[in-house]
Amino acid sequence: MSTRQPDAAGGGKLRAPLLFAAMAALIVAEGMTSGWNGALVILNMGLISAIMALGLNMQWGYAGLFNSGVVGFTAIGGLAPVLISMQPTPGAFSAGGWGVLLALVVAALAIAAAVWLNRHLTGKAKGLSIVAVLVVGFFVYRWIFDPAVAAIQAINPASQGYLGGLGLPVMLSWPVGALLAALAAWGVAKTALGLRSDYLAIATLGIGEIIVAVLKNEEWLDRGVLNVTGIPRPWPVPYEVDLQANPAFVQWMTDWGISPVTGSTVLVKLLYTGIFGVVLAVLILGAQLALKSPWGRMMRAIRDNEVSAAAMGKDVTGRHLQIFILGAAVIGLGGAMMITLDGQMTPASYNPLRYTFLILVMVVVGGSGNNWGSVLGGVLIWYVWIKAEVWGPKIMHTITMSLADGPLRQHLYDSAPHMRVIIMGLILLIVLRFAPRGLLPEK
Amino acid sequence: MDLLNALVAILNYVVIPATAYGAQLALGALGVTLIYGILRFSNFAHGDTMAFGTAVTIIVTWGLQAAGVSLGPLPTALLALPFGIAITAALMLATDRVIYRYYRKVHAAPVILVMVSVGVMFLMNGITRLLIGVDEIRFDDGARFLITAREWRDWTGLAEPLTLRSTQAITVVVAAVVVWALFWFLAKTRTGKSMRAFSDNEDLALLSGINPNRVVAVTWIIAAALATTAGVLYGLDKSFKAFNYFQLLLPVFAAAIVGGLGNPLGAIAGGFIIAFSEVGVTYAWKKVAGYLGYNADGLLQLLSTEYKFAVSFVILIIVLLFKPTGLFRGKSF
Amino acid sequence: MSFLDASGMTGGYGATDILHDCTLRVEKGQIAVIVGPNGAGKSTAMKAVFGMLRLRAGKVTLDGEDITALSPQERVRKGMGFVPQVNNVFPTMTVEENLEMGAFIREDDFTGTMEQVFELFPILCDKRRQNAGELSGGQRQQVAVGRALMTKPKLLMLDEPTAGVSPIVMDELFDRIIEIARTGISILMVEQNARQALEIADTGYVLVQGANRYTDTGAALMADPEVRRTFLGG
Repeated sequence: MSTRQPDAAGGGKLRAPLLFAAMAALIVAEGMTSGWNGALVILNMGLISAIMALGLNMQWGYAGLFNSGVVGFTAIGGLAPVLISMQPTPGAFSAGGWGVLLALVVAALAIAAAVWLNRHLTGKAKGLSIVAVLVVGFFVYRWIFDPAVAAIQAINPASQGYLGGLGLPVMLSWPVGALLAALAAWGVAKTALGLRSDYLAIATLGIGEIIVAVLKNEEWLDRGVLNVTGIPRPWPVPYEVDLQANPAFVQWMTDWGISPVTGSTVLVKLLYTGIFGVVLAVLILGAQLALKSPWGRMMRAIRDNEVSAAAMGKDVTGRHLQIFILGAAVIGLGGAMMITLDGQMTPASYNPLRYTFLILVMVVVGGSGNNWGSVLGGVLIWYVWIKAEVWGPKIMHTITMSLADGPLRQHLYDSAPHMRVIIMGLILLIVLRFAPRGLLPEK
Repeated sequence: MDLLNALVAILNYVVIPATAYGAQLALGALGVTLIYGILRFSNFAHGDTMAFGTAVTIIVTWGLQAAGVSLGPLPTALLALPFGIAITAALMLATDRVIYRYYRKVHAAPVILVMVSVGVMFLMNGITRLLIGVDEIRFDDGARFLITAREWRDWTGLAEPLTLRSTQAITVVVAAVVVWALFWFLAKTRTGKSMRAFSDNEDLALLSGINPNRVVAVTWIIAAALATTAGVLYGLDKSFKAFNYFQLLLPVFAAAIVGGLGNPLGAIAGGFIIAFSEVGVTYAWKKVAGYLGYNADGLLQLLSTEYKFAVSFVILIIVLLFKPTGLFRGKSF
Repeated sequence: MSFLDASGMTGGYGATDILHDCTLRVEKGQIAVIVGPNGAGKSTAMKAVFGMLRLRAGKVTLDGEDITALSPQERVRKGMGFVPQVNNVFPTMTVEENLEMGAFIREDDFTGTMEQVFELFPILCDKRRQNAGELSGGQRQQVAVGRALMTKPKLLMLDEPTAGVSPIVMDELFDRIIEIARTGISILMVEQNARQALEIADTGYVLVQGANRYTDTGAALMADPEVRRTFLGG
């Protein structure tokens, strides 16, 4: 962002369309060579990555805020499909649901009381009373919470053992995921914004790890590492088995000369592509309008010169809070969409390298501050990330050609898939150094 | 007698493990704070630097073991440590030359350097994986215990056992030596003083003829030594797993911030504050309460161990809210 | 030729020039003072002499040697000492360490020089183990001057050494500066307190908009009704 360099981007007005066409060509080539199903898998996840990158771009690109907890906002967004669309576990709510809710209310009240005391008391009484309120609050919370959780987790632990959801359409969970992520973002940004930029980076690293830890361990909420499977699909995406059992569909596919199995998987993926494409289009429209509005101009003014913007009476911290929450909400939306696509919630799979730092690479490579750049970076870097796992062993094979067969060669060959981590590091460093404004520089 | 047993339990399950862990965190935080003080950015690659240094040390350890070299009761890894440090330092210097130096030249904003360190983090993470894989590795050899539970019982006749693992003792001794050497270096040597001067007032340091490239190079070497030592001690004490080292980034940073970024004494204090809080909050106090005459139904565990990182985070947030410059004011190196 | 001869200096930080054909000269063991209104380019002129500003025209010689192309660090080795206006000490280092850092480029034994600095500023000797950041403003200025003296400079440059200190401390500082000059060190300083500074100056330069307006002995400038009216407040 602020290391402006002479514009290295050639190509003028055609640059963006050309690069997007090249990206499309890569996907098409993938479809022609290794099958359309695989190509669409990459594209769909690429579109979700693009949405996450769009969210992170608001924070980093518009405002220069370093968020190293994307994984957490993704994960908490992913909780929404579980809470909204799964069927409620019978008896779970009466057994412990109210208890859990009450305990959470107690915890919230204790924190609110501590905040109130912090504002209204002074001196020694302040510290002591805050500690007292928090300690008492914590024990009351645990006293209500623990038995309630035990009761919930005792219900059919092999397949349930959690509260379940509301049984509503899964698409409703997408805005809910955004809301959950926004709430988490509000909490962390409220404390860490307005301090040195590094502090936000470290605080978000922490909130990211904690959200993932909560999802891994609170079995009453999402079954933890036992995973929630069978999350329903959004309308109008059908199930492959239903399509294959549908004579009209089978007939239709046969007319086209496509096997019904392949046809059904590709159709399902295409429907997802369509839905994600619409969401992405709406988001990018909104993001572009916002960026060009007076609000967006002010945001960029703040980013480019925080000191003078503050001197002109702009509420820098307030604006940063807004943009940080908004960006996190978009990331949360992406997280909810990803869980919907996967049809399952596997908390142990939330890895910061994949869900935080890879998204960061997407934004930087695409072009910090440029929404279209984030979309391009999202799809492109996801493509490279997937393909690099395949390329790694091939490259290693060539490198180790001259080596004699032996433990060293075997070791290098076995660890070749890790090459993609190195490739990502190299891409990030090379872009930062030689084209810090990315593939599609901000105007 | 029960009071003694309670004290022994606290010593065994809280004080000893937290002291060892605190020493490891302190060494990590010292590296972070040193880089912050001299190079003025938060190095996100520090966790992976610890992992890389440890991985190299483990490989050298294997080599020494295969060659039949051992340190007797001490872990062979201690013999391999200087090699690990040297290779890590060489890598850090190369990274600085190829990557970081350019950003110093153009006076990039600190947050850009944080971003660059993420790129370096990817690189080091990948290299570590290539070298040694992602699995959990134990590499401690030599004597396992200084005090075993049986010996303790024979000596004292107390019901409550106490064990002191040799890796815990080694951690504390090595960390103390390293910290002493670092402070001696910073306080007494010309190079150490020039580093403090550079951290204090870069312009005036340049004016005084202090060579910035030399200061930066020495900083990377020391940071590599601290990171490798911290990583090896942590790995000896627990085990080596690359991802766990990445996760250490949070408590390490929390320790550095709690102590005041750029303040080495604060980093050490911060390391122990975080370690004792983490262990204390995640320890099940049922047994101790039992000795003190209170028989609890539950485990009396405030937080399950899976949430130990939450402790660092909460302490970090409290410090950011109330004393954002850290508990120990000002840079003092 | 003067000991320091900076003649015809023209240049600035960016595209526009701040200095216009500005000339400053100091004789051996004498005190030259630069005064002038705010924004006259006083500090800029001093920085130009020290090599912190790229000159488009002009030449700087020290003791007859042309140093125009040298960096500030190289000029320190040639015998220039510079005391910046602000941030001129290492706050978390002790007074003694500050002086040591001042002598960083010296390969020889500098304990003698440190003793001389302590003789000049006895209070620093008392506080040698205290951190410079904990000292009062006047004492910090003494540390800053002492630090610059550690290289045994032949020319000492001071950028507003009395900024922000009380009048008593200011008089004391000026006394010390005279003492330093008596040991044969040439002094070039920028001062806001023009009256007091000109009183001790052998040569005074009045700069306006980066150019020499009046140049004369300190006493003569003080006596000039025009200078008094315009620059010394009557």
